[in-house]
Amino acid sequence: MATDSRQAVAKSVSAPPRYNLLRGRPWLQVCGGFFLLALALLPFADLKVYPSEPGQELLRIALGVITPNWYDWPALGQALLQTVSFALIAVVISVVVGFGLALIFHARSVRVFCASIRAVHELFWALILMQVFGLSATTGVLAIAIPYAGIFAKVFAEILEQQAPLPQHALAPSSSLLSRWLYTRLPQAWPQIVAYTRYRFECALRSSTILGFIGLPTLGFYFETAFKQGQYSQAACLLWALFALIASLRYWLHAKLIPLYVIIAFWLLPESAPVNGQYFWQFISHDIWPRTLQQGLLWETVQWYGSQLWTTLLPAAGYTLVLSLIALVLTGILATLIYPIASRPLAGRGAFIGHGALLMLRSTPEMVLAFVLLLVCGPSALPALLALAIHNSGLIGYLVARASDELPQRIDACRGFNLYSYQITPQIFPYLLTLLLYRWEVIMRETAILGILGVTTLGFYVDSAFAEIRYDKALLLVVVAALLNIAVDFFARQTRRYCGLSESRAVFSELKLKR
Amino acid sequence: MKQLRLLTALAAIFTLLLSLQATAATFTFTAIPDEDESRLVERFNRVAAYLEFELGVPVKYIPVKSYAAAITAFRNNQVQLAWFGGLSGVQARLAVPNSQAIAQGYEDQFFKTYFIAHKNANVEPSTEFPKAIAGKTFTFGSKGSTSGRLMPEFYIRENLKQSPQEAFERVGFSGDHSATIAQVQSGAYQVGAVNYLVWETELAAGKVDPSKVKVIWETPNYPDYQWTLRGDADQVYGKGFTKKLRNALLNMKDKSLLKAFPRKSFVAAKNDDYKAIEDTARAIDLLQ
Repeated sequence: MATDSRQAVAKSVSAPPRYNLLRGRPWLQVCGGFFLLALALLPFADLKVYPSEPGQELLRIALGVITPNWYDWPALGQALLQTVSFALIAVVISVVVGFGLALIFHARSVRVFCASIRAVHELFWALILMQVFGLSATTGVLAIAIPYAGIFAKVFAEILEQQAPLPQHALAPSSSLLSRWLYTRLPQAWPQIVAYTRYRFECALRSSTILGFIGLPTLGFYFETAFKQGQYSQAACLLWALFALIASLRYWLHAKLIPLYVIIAFWLLPESAPVNGQYFWQFISHDIWPRTLQQGLLWETVQWYGSQLWTTLLPAAGYTLVLSLIALVLTGILATLIYPIASRPLAGRGAFIGHGALLMLRSTPEMVLAFVLLLVCGPSALPALLALAIHNSGLIGYLVARASDELPQRIDACRGFNLYSYQITPQIFPYLLTLLLYRWEVIMRETAILGILGVTTLGFYVDSAFAEIRYDKALLLVVVAALLNIAVDFFARQTRRYCGLSESRAVFSELKLKR
Repeated sequence: MKQLRLLTALAAIFTLLLSLQATAATFTFTAIPDEDESRLVERFNRVAAYLEFELGVPVKYIPVKSYAAAITAFRNNQVQLAWFGGLSGVQARLAVPNSQAIAQGYEDQFFKTYFIAHKNANVEPSTEFPKAIAGKTFTFGSKGSTSGRLMPEFYIRENLKQSPQEAFERVGFSGDHSATIAQVQSGAYQVGAVNYLVWETELAAGKVDPSKVKVIWETPNYPDYQWTLRGDADQVYGKGFTKKLRNALLNMKDKSLLKAFPRKSFVAAKNDDYKAIEDTARAIDLLQ
């Protein structure tokens, strides 16, 4: 759709003979390329629809949504507070560490290190950390803080880099790197850093909720139980609580109160069991290596890795890539279509309703969307793709809508559909494209958690390996997933550069979410 | 480099603060019931209170979400006692040498799995394994479940001579017995495997529409859930602790406590009772 509209625009503007539509239009080339590639890959995506009779179950879900209900309010309050505590402490730690890493981000080794820690999904970090720290506060906090530190490092480095270098030249040459950053770059970058951290905090709240799925005492803990066991009123209540938490952020997240919140959060965190060095050592030295290696059988070990590569890793990695690419294109199309509902120039006073709708789309765990879609279209990759596209277009649509609010309006602006297609969309499209390319690796990580559909992505196998207590295989899969992430990230960066989309643009756009 | 060291120190302090809230050594257990996981903490805190009274040591319950998490907690000595499924118990006892199964539910001596099918699957109930399910869409429960994964997969392989992935058009893992029923009832999956107790409960509660989904086959009996205790319990909690614990479990007669599991009562069990489960798991390569 995005490509179509762009093509339409391009065609209507001028169509002299022998005019090459694609020449000098890198965005169009990229959009067209992705679109065609996604179309070509569709046959491999396994999109069969099965007839089903979802009426009864969907009715129960709908009824649950409008009759939220809970049985133990203190427990809900505690879960809500712990969701915030995990997110808050994790963000504080990762901001500090991320800032430190951002200062030395020019070193290649640091960049690679950051790319690899953020390439592993929070859930997988939690599963790994759980082997060492058990189900404890440490596991939950680190599972969020580690990948987020990698993300912060990258984004902060980009923000700091963009600041004017002039003030720095005014300093004595002998001043240290840290003082230089602290006194010249940081003050300039401060508003952006604060805005980005705020945005990440919202993401951390969602991550913290999702960690409940594997046993940490956040909202997700109760949500997963209630939802899977068909207690839809309870599940809905928890989901509404999460929506309210995120929607109310601006009313309670004040910079001055954060130190106080952090102290309270530490106090609220669940107890952590003492870490036993012996188990940690056993995990590092023993559990994560194939049995044959421990027996000193080198050739068998090579064979094991080889067979894993052929039977599981390559097919799963390929399939993950295919699904994520199609989901990405679908997300782009959907985001282009839905952003107007939250855009002030387009939706006018009704934009706040659109905001609410997009907040729900981006805050509803994909698992829920996938389950509902599974009931409707039966088991295939289709529910997975739709769930990913809906969730991510909710997020991107929201960011794009915010950006559209800040566009200068012409006095003679047209209205309605014309305003959408000839004025606003063309202006924010580069931004949307940047966000999409930014989001690709995230979408790929998220294909992981759709195992209920029997969709055999890398994440499905990681989950299986942990369930079967095969940490050797789990580790191998996590490493491959991380490598794939790094590769996609690299490719997306090259594509952005080719399109002349500034790296920082995506960051900037996320930054507009301030206030 | 000085700044880096400062940052590392800061990070270390945070981690330290987190781990300082360590608990005193108490007797800790965990349990995942096979149905109705709501009010987990409330229900099992009462079981903890009962055990505390019977054993004379502080007893604590911690909730977990998955068998894998329960096994990890057991191996890392975060819990000393756990209510495991058949397969997870075997895995846990392999991970912790000398640990032992000490009691099982009355119903767990002769547990079974129901194969259920949506009416559109056109498979009739039978006493023989329904080979007509080949080529349909099929969902297991959770990946590490005995009744929702291990036993059904074993009988599928034995009777269809193929792995589930080969035998069925599509294989899913619903993650939960209730979810399996919901997905087969809606026709999202045509056939599924479900814990028989969960099916009976949901049927009695009117959550199952018999005109849409029915039981087409039941597996032969096998042993399932059991209490497994770490082998070093007697050294840590005093001589005779294991025996005392077993007696406390076997003498748990209060219906409201037993309802948490939910079981009629507990009977004695030993590791050998689960030899068949272990062999089955090895046969289908679920255990290394």
